[in-house]
Amino acid sequence: MANGSITDNTLEWPSWTEITDALTLSDYNTMIVVLGTTLLGIAAGVVGTFAYLRKRAMVGDALSHATLPGIAIMFMLVGDKHLPALLFGAAVTGILGVLSVIGLRSFSRIKEDAAIGIVLSVFFGAGMVLVSLVQQMNTGSPSGLDRFIYGKAAGMIKQDAMFIGITATIVLLGVILFFKELRIICFDQQFAAAQGWPVVLIDLVMMGLVVLTTVVGLQAVGLILVVALLIIPAAAARFWTDELRGMTIIAGMLGALSGYFGSTFSALLPRLPTGAVIVLCAGFFFFLSMFFAPRRGIFANLIRRYSLSRKIAHQNLLRSLAEIEERFGEGIRAPFDTLLAYRSWSVTELRRLLKLASRRHEVTVDTDYKSGLTRSGRTEAVRILRNHRLWEMYLIKHAAIAPSHVDRDADQIEHILSPEIVDELERALAHERQIPPSPHLQEPAV
Amino acid sequence: MNEWNWAGDGTVMLVGLLSACACALPGNYLVLRKMSLMGDAISHAVLPGLAVAFLVSHSREAVPMFIGAVAAGGLTALLTQAVHRFGKVEEGAAMGVIFSILFAAGLILIRQATDHVDLDPGCVLYGNIENIALVARIGETPAAVINLAIVFVLNVLFVALFYKELKICAFDPALATTLGINANVMHYALMIIVAVTTVASFEAVGSILVIAMLIVPPVTAHLLTDRLWVMIPLSLLIAAATAVLGRVLVVFGPVWAGVEVSANTAALMAVLAGLFLFVALFFAPEHGLISRSYHRLALSLQIIREDILGLLYRWQELDVRRTRPAHRDDVLTAVGNTLISRWALRSLLRRRQVQIEPPTKPGDEPQFRLSEKGLSAASRLVRAHRLWEAYLEKHFNLPLDHLHMPAERVEHYITPQMRDDLEADLVEPSRDPHGREIPEEDRP
Amino acid sequence: MESSISSKPIDKTRVTDHDADTPVSIHDMTVAYHRKPVLWDIDYAAPEGRLIGIIGPNGAGKSTLIKACLDLVPKASGSVCFYGQPYKKQRHLVGYVPQRESIDWDFPASALDVVTMGRYGHLPWCVPPGRKHKEIAMRALSQVGMADYAKRQINKLSGGQQQRVFLARALAQDAQIYFMDEPFAGVDAATEAAIVALLNELKAKGKTVLVVHHDLQTVPAYFDDVVLLNMRVVACGPTSKIFTEENLQKTYGGRLTLLVEAAEAVARGGQR
Repeated sequence: MANGSITDNTLEWPSWTEITDALTLSDYNTMIVVLGTTLLGIAAGVVGTFAYLRKRAMVGDALSHATLPGIAIMFMLVGDKHLPALLFGAAVTGILGVLSVIGLRSFSRIKEDAAIGIVLSVFFGAGMVLVSLVQQMNTGSPSGLDRFIYGKAAGMIKQDAMFIGITATIVLLGVILFFKELRIICFDQQFAAAQGWPVVLIDLVMMGLVVLTTVVGLQAVGLILVVALLIIPAAAARFWTDELRGMTIIAGMLGALSGYFGSTFSALLPRLPTGAVIVLCAGFFFFLSMFFAPRRGIFANLIRRYSLSRKIAHQNLLRSLAEIEERFGEGIRAPFDTLLAYRSWSVTELRRLLKLASRRHEVTVDTDYKSGLTRSGRTEAVRILRNHRLWEMYLIKHAAIAPSHVDRDADQIEHILSPEIVDELERALAHERQIPPSPHLQEPAV
Repeated sequence: MNEWNWAGDGTVMLVGLLSACACALPGNYLVLRKMSLMGDAISHAVLPGLAVAFLVSHSREAVPMFIGAVAAGGLTALLTQAVHRFGKVEEGAAMGVIFSILFAAGLILIRQATDHVDLDPGCVLYGNIENIALVARIGETPAAVINLAIVFVLNVLFVALFYKELKICAFDPALATTLGINANVMHYALMIIVAVTTVASFEAVGSILVIAMLIVPPVTAHLLTDRLWVMIPLSLLIAAATAVLGRVLVVFGPVWAGVEVSANTAALMAVLAGLFLFVALFFAPEHGLISRSYHRLALSLQIIREDILGLLYRWQELDVRRTRPAHRDDVLTAVGNTLISRWALRSLLRRRQVQIEPPTKPGDEPQFRLSEKGLSAASRLVRAHRLWEAYLEKHFNLPLDHLHMPAERVEHYITPQMRDDLEADLVEPSRDPHGREIPEEDRP
Repeated sequence: MESSISSKPIDKTRVTDHDADTPVSIHDMTVAYHRKPVLWDIDYAAPEGRLIGIIGPNGAGKSTLIKACLDLVPKASGSVCFYGQPYKKQRHLVGYVPQRESIDWDFPASALDVVTMGRYGHLPWCVPPGRKHKEIAMRALSQVGMADYAKRQINKLSGGQQQRVFLARALAQDAQIYFMDEPFAGVDAATEAAIVALLNELKAKGKTVLVVHHDLQTVPAYFDDVVLLNMRVVACGPTSKIFTEENLQKTYGGRLTLLVEAAEAVARGGQR
């Protein structure tokens, strides 16, 4: 069987003109296919956002697998030709699958995850039984059913693309119309119910849109992977924004991009299953977002955390110098060891901090590592010290926290305090008249 | 093929049996740990592992496949955790993201490999079990049988050796960690076991049956029992039954139905597992829907019976001289003249707790009275009722007209022990808040 | 499921009328989870324009009481009325602050978005909240001192700030009666002070506020009335009269074990 060598790769790579032709949709058939999958991506991304936020994403998996028996039954009844009938069958058993998940979850001790697994495997098994029977009967070519499992966008005709277009329009209209209702049940179901919104009905609207998208998407990506189009763009979009409207739009766009690039690639490499290529494109965008998105991406978070800790360390240095000046007089040159004993920092850390601070002209460092504040450094240091003590005093006065615990808290919070809050604190402490001294000033031995 | 052939059909049955049982074993823990979907995810995600193993080794030997499976299984679990933790993506969705990407990659790699190896995406899903029958008929032992037997033994050993550890990790991972059992290691070990089982079953029965067998027999067993050591063998039994019945149906089904076509064995097994689950859902002795409705019915019957007893007790208490006898209609109206209340009255008569006496005046209807037996049952009930009223009055300072209904609801559930406790709490009460006598405890 | 503990024909003569002047009247309400009663025969009428603390130990059914009033959990028996009418008809009069842990704070929404949701009850289907509603929401936010944070993503707010957003959302509901489920849980001192000020402001406007509370020390300072709850109403009325050592002992002490035992016996009832 394994008679060939891996080097005789039968995959033919397309020429450059073929690539540009495909990307610019110059070929009519390609245009239909790309248009169809792009629209599908939009619909799936948009409706997927809500399924994802409602934590229903995996129900979509049960749903898509449960469409197979419906397709097979309709195939037996009407044959391969009548697509709407096949999709209707798919929708019926798909909905039945979703209802089964809900029924198992609410009327027995079976948990949701197991219910999803049961429905997807048993329904799919039933579908396979029917398919294996179809294969032995002499009606039509059973390979026609394969496209529903793995997807075959290349075979898409104008009618199919129109079908998807109508679906995408319905989905978009539905989401725009019911945006408020979907938002509130996704965010806080109990509050929604207390306000009198019919949670079950809104859930049905949402699941209805999911079913519609899934069923229409079967042909393009196949029933195993269609759930990926619901989840991945939505999960990826979450990295880019903190706002629901934005997330919905971005998910739609990422879905569209996945569909566009995915179908273009598979038009160029017709041997590859379209669904898989589209999902890989979506996966690429997902990881791109997860790592590089400016808002919630991993790198952005790392950079933010690093710069925050650096800022805190810098402010701690200034504050220590200011406290030393307070005790020994303005303009004092603090010896390195004194400074080192002031906080729990290492020698290299402190050296680095001093170097950075001197580069910012806030601190001058002598050759023997004695250091002192510059004029601008002093202004900044006094500001930090003031914030710090205000906060410390505020906590002591209002939260009855033992003074020995105060300092650490204050360290964390003063770097995050906004000027408005500082004003507020000052007003709250107006009767103190002056900035209070640190309550444990006598504690650290220098 | 409508005749049983031990070489062919027996082997297929054995393959089904081994893979079903091998899957059901770790499946128990997936279900208990609420990680059923991880089984779904891994059984999809081993595909790229397999494909890479094919492409690298150019063969379908067991060892590279095994390595590929372990790598893919571990990778799925790891990546899911990473996306969940670092990307703050909800766990179920993280699983969905990872397994669909891996499956997609696997499909593409398999396409690359199919020119060299006869493995098509179709058999990834529903296996190639009929081919095994063909191989076995010509007298060879299919490799799948050996692989599956090894994996099955491996799984049995895993579950047997780490029974205690797996149990505690499934029950409470945090507790396991404090006891010095690394729950994380057990988690990944379980994932790898699932991956290896998946791969061994893949060729024969496909990934869908793997998911079905990982989840459905353990869930069915869990509906039937609450004990882990019963649940595991039971799930194996169910899994085995689907395999045997599945093959038998494939071979003889067409004969019985009088048709020419027969179903795919693996897919049929999944459906059968679903059927078993469905049956268990309704007929399970304790958690089944039917037994639950039966208990509910029995309970309401008992409550109405007790209400009739209480009613007759009070009736007789108030009406010592029997000037106003209790007729059938009076009794039934008081307990909401329904089918079930008539039923309850009949059952009281049958138990001889209530007896019919001839009318006091000629021409009147016969009257209902408590028998000796009924009187003692009724006095216990009324005692519970009045003790409860006294208890509520003492502790909750409720107005008198708010005592009856609460006591009416609770009286049926008060055990003899609680009656004693109430008495102790109230310090030898003799009268309830309404001034009516609390009957003495009627000790048998 | 719960039917068996309420299968009795109700004795009509005992049902008192729900008074149309009483903000919240609870009559003979029993609530059960899986047959196990968590609230038994609750009778309570909340006086108008007061701050009412609902006090009781863990598992006493405090949150359940609120949820049952708002039809969020089914009642096994009994009824609740708001100014003499069932909740269904009086929703617009009732504001609700759920427990902070009840939702996923990672949801993509800003503080203003959340508060605007308080206006959804005043909007028909498919109509988005307009400028008027956003302004009301904004005012509610400034009332709790959170105007500066209107655009901030909710998971970037501290626990106390999140709680204030929830309060603002209830304010935006513009109700007569407020139910608050542990608004003081896990908040900083500043937020606690802000919430107390807000409660008093609401009272000054004649609103009735029911607050689930667990810090016994602050009860006399915060609330005019208390409901001492432990599966049943142990005592209720003005704080000065009801909040006594003896009543607390009753509510928190182990003397109600029989009540718990009975609840468990009822729960077992279906499985014997």
